[in-house]
Amino acid sequence: MPAPVIIGIVVFVLASFVGFELIAKVPPTLHTPLMSGSNAVSGITIVGAIVATGIENDTLAAVFAFVAVAAAMINVVGGYLVTDRMLGMFRRPKREESE
Amino acid sequence: MNANVEAILYLIAAIAFIIGLKRLGSPRTARRGNMISGAGMALAVVVTLVAADRVSWAVLAAGAIIGSLIGAVLALRVKMTAMPQMVAAFNGFGGLASALVVGAEFLKTEGRLVPVEVILTMILSVFIGAVTFTGSMVAYAKLQGLLSGSPITYAGQKIANALLFAGILGFAVWAQATQQSLPFLVVGLISLGLGVLVVIPIGGADMPVVIALLNSLSGMAAAATGFVIDNSALVIAGALVGASGIILSLLMCEAMNRSIANVLFGAFGATAGQPSAPGGGDVHTTTPDDLAIALTYAARRVP
Repeated sequence: MPAPVIIGIVVFVLASFVGFELIAKVPPTLHTPLMSGSNAVSGITIVGAIVATGIENDTLAAVFAFVAVAAAMINVVGGYLVTDRMLGMFRRPKREESE
Repeated sequence: MNANVEAILYLIAAIAFIIGLKRLGSPRTARRGNMISGAGMALAVVVTLVAADRVSWAVLAAGAIIGSLIGAVLALRVKMTAMPQMVAAFNGFGGLASALVVGAEFLKTEGRLVPVEVILTMILSVFIGAVTFTGSMVAYAKLQGLLSGSPITYAGQKIANALLFAGILGFAVWAQATQQSLPFLVVGLISLGLGVLVVIPIGGADMPVVIALLNSLSGMAAAATGFVIDNSALVIAGALVGASGIILSLLMCEAMNRSIANVLFGAFGATAGQPSAPGGGDVHTTTPDDLAIALTYAARRVP
């Protein structure tokens, strides 16, 4: 088995290609919601922040972990809510066709 | 929780992110896509809570409640027209979180010899996370009108930025060699300054491209943090955001007929490159896809 860091690099490179391919052809109207949606995904760092709260016997590390959890939650909760609000604009209107 | 089970559940979360982002590319599936992505995030959080060796529930609860409240209030109150800067601000907080996680991790390992690749990844994560944080805040301030939307330039700007970057490299080498917290902290502080300085010369009209790029950076910061704490969810999701953010910023540049280098280093005016119609009217360019979306979701069509 290769070292864990090599497996990590393999995963990183393959995931990057998936990321490239996902956004191949998106109409400009959706650029902002897409940016917002992928920003919400970057809030995944909440996982790191949760792990960081477990560091023992270090007050400064605890302060860092606390701020990290709060900041990451702002990113996650705000990111998903704001994207949902934007996409709510794309509801098909009931309209009377005059043509 | 078994480490193998943990890895599989993280994989499922990653698949949810991929499907979610894919569906965000079409107006009919976008909202559902965002929910699928959100479900993936919830799964990743639950798995981490169960699998983590040790979690300080007090610190976690306090941070999560405060962060969720701030995020929800900001997201529900923001005006539709102010969305781009709101996204920038949220993105900045993500970068800050990544940098702080690695900062805490550094404090944990301080005094113990850490492999070279780990300390370099730590420095990289702090650098990218800190630049993302302050850069995003400047983007927010510019679009919100707290800072002038026009480019802020001064003599020797590029040289100053290059010197700061060289300083970061220097302190990074020092931090790597001695593994002391002082040079590590200095890297973080200079990076915070650099984030401000690289965004202030960019005009308000180009900010969406910058925000997309900063979003990409926050993904890369998360991925680097994933390498430091050896967490596959962070690596995969970070790489996804890192790559899609770059493509998105290139697409946005293309839509404006600009090159990315021109946006970042051009210090152009806010209206540069805008075509003008005879008679002084505005020209709006569009694509067939865009026109289709506009006509489908418009409340009223004027023939």
